[in-house]
Amino acid sequence: MTLGLFIPCYIDQLYPQVGRATFSLLTGLGHHVEVPERPSCCGQPMSNSGYAKVGAGCIADFAREYTRFDHIVSPSGSCVLHFKESLEALHSPLAHRVYELCEFLHDVAKVESLPARFPHRVGLHQSCHGLRGLGLGNPSECMVPAFSKPTRLLKMVAGLKLVPLDRCDECCGFGGTFSVFESDVSVSMGRDRIRDHIHHGAEVITSADMSCLMHLGGLLSREAPQVKVMHIAEILTAA
Amino acid sequence: MNATNHSKAAHEFLRDPQRAAWHDQTLWMVRSKRDRMAARVPEWEQLREAASQIKEHTLSQLAEYLEQFADNAEANGIQVHWAADGDEHNRIVHGILERHGLRKLVKSKSMLTEECHLNPYLQQHGIEVIDTDLGERIVQLQEKPPSHIVMPAIHLKRAEVGEVFHEHLGTPAGLDDPQQLTEAARQHLRNHFLTADAALTGVNFAVAETGGFVVCTNEGNADMGAHLAPVHIACMGIEKIIPKQEHLGVFLRLLARSATGQPSTVFSSHFLKPRPGQEMHLVLVDNGRSRQLARLDYRKSLACIRCAACFNTCPVYRRSGGYSYSYFIAGPIGSILAPNVDKAAHSSMPFASTLCGSCTSVCPVKIDIHAQLLKWRQEITAAGHAPWWKKAAMQATAFIVRRPFLFRFSGWLARKGLPLANLLRLDPWTRHRDLVDAPKQTFREWHNQQSSKAPVSSENRVNPVQKEPTPTP
Repeated sequence: MTLGLFIPCYIDQLYPQVGRATFSLLTGLGHHVEVPERPSCCGQPMSNSGYAKVGAGCIADFAREYTRFDHIVSPSGSCVLHFKESLEALHSPLAHRVYELCEFLHDVAKVESLPARFPHRVGLHQSCHGLRGLGLGNPSECMVPAFSKPTRLLKMVAGLKLVPLDRCDECCGFGGTFSVFESDVSVSMGRDRIRDHIHHGAEVITSADMSCLMHLGGLLSREAPQVKVMHIAEILTAA
Repeated sequence: MNATNHSKAAHEFLRDPQRAAWHDQTLWMVRSKRDRMAARVPEWEQLREAASQIKEHTLSQLAEYLEQFADNAEANGIQVHWAADGDEHNRIVHGILERHGLRKLVKSKSMLTEECHLNPYLQQHGIEVIDTDLGERIVQLQEKPPSHIVMPAIHLKRAEVGEVFHEHLGTPAGLDDPQQLTEAARQHLRNHFLTADAALTGVNFAVAETGGFVVCTNEGNADMGAHLAPVHIACMGIEKIIPKQEHLGVFLRLLARSATGQPSTVFSSHFLKPRPGQEMHLVLVDNGRSRQLARLDYRKSLACIRCAACFNTCPVYRRSGGYSYSYFIAGPIGSILAPNVDKAAHSSMPFASTLCGSCTSVCPVKIDIHAQLLKWRQEITAAGHAPWWKKAAMQATAFIVRRPFLFRFSGWLARKGLPLANLLRLDPWTRHRDLVDAPKQTFREWHNQQSSKAPVSSENRVNPVQKEPTPTP
């Protein structure tokens, strides 16, 4: 089928390899993948800053440009959640055709094995919007059976060793513009997260949300450059 | 107070990273205890759902239940008073004390009286007020408000409590043994219980069908006060009503587990009518609650049972402390209650969150706290309680990202600027975090290049195995 791929602004500009890995995963499944030129951004930074009306144009652009696709995929849980919630508020059926990458691979493509190999110790950072917003796994607060779509996918990767964490789903402190307007708390939260991963011997921190990794990676680059961040799509396509 | 109020206070709190880490760990321990205790109740999620529905139902017919409750309470011999706001509440409480010439009041924990500023009001009128909850007594001696609604002095270390007691209770200097400190508090408070003229308690749950109410404490201080004093005054917000006695089973099971990770509070005291010779008063307070009830987006916030699980789980609260919030109820729930009282004064509170949603997931009555935080942000900016440049920046961003050419150009410019930003470290991001090295090619540039050499080259293909082949249209 033909898939619409949404590559968010910051991935396009700063992490093109994440877009390429996502593209290759999806085309590898036999899909035809198209990338409309607009919008570049989902509008979440505006909305979370209290200017949802200013960001509403991005939703309108998205609804217009992506309506022709049966399924829309994006390697960013946060953007997907914003699209879904905004479209649901508009009662747009498109809301139910937007998928975060892991969600698509797990629920729609029903991937059972991957030819990927990544012989490293990996810590999974469960992004809040993916976990609690999209339900990619069970939040630790809820007393429900444990499951995790990203973990199931990572377990298909040869040689990969997932490390346990003391706080398996605490927020990293990115929070969009929170990272700038509340930078002290944001940095304090991020430091605690990377310490947890390092303490358990992670060589790489991965996530379904590159924005969390932009924040954690920025801290690691100064404080523990031996540990890297990689989007889950990069690991699922690693050879 | 300006929009960066919380972030400034948090900056101060984080100047002592070790203390901040201790604060975080202490509250995380409470959250962990809550998790272990909740996990032992197989029907935990059903309990939350039941509690949520009971509260929603009650709020939908609040006036009827309030009248039913007041009628039954009066039939039981309780004197019921209605207060439209905090001032009226304070006047009613003072009026009761004045009528009997009572000069000394012992209080068990009541966040409502904090909300109404009862203590300073009574003190101005010559009444001695003793908070009898240990944590609350400690902060009262310090002349500070509680930093947490369940554990008012959780931000203080043992040695600091020792200093307060040394100064006010005459314990030896340097005392930090918990056993000796609590014993000193016990002796000190016992004397006040024995000499009090009246006792004031809060109310955790008020049962419409019986006209009775329940007060939960761990120290038994509500009971010590109410059972000894000739006058008992109970103060409650109008949202504390539940319809039936049987509903208590749902809420009492959730409250202590969510609050402190205990299966139940040590004392769950049921008050139905005054004992012979005692006077029992009940003050029902609105103070903005009916206004919040009318705001459909925020109505559910009135379901709160004040367990503070959202405080303990909130990574921002744990790393900024209760005093970093401008409202007397801090944390996530405080941040959705405060703007109802004063949008301008508390404009920074809904922004003191990453919207991680942990508060919503932990809430025993399923209040959609993080969604309400996001809604308040829209209202606060719409009311103009944000710096002008923030809106300008957002408008500029929206203008750029909707225009591909402008986006490409701005992106190119920004990427050129990255090395300089990393070098100067002047902005709030690069002060602590590096930005990545700018890639040579954006994703879209790469993709356009790919599209021009169709089909997709084999080097970009992986071949995952699927359960069933994907149908091709």
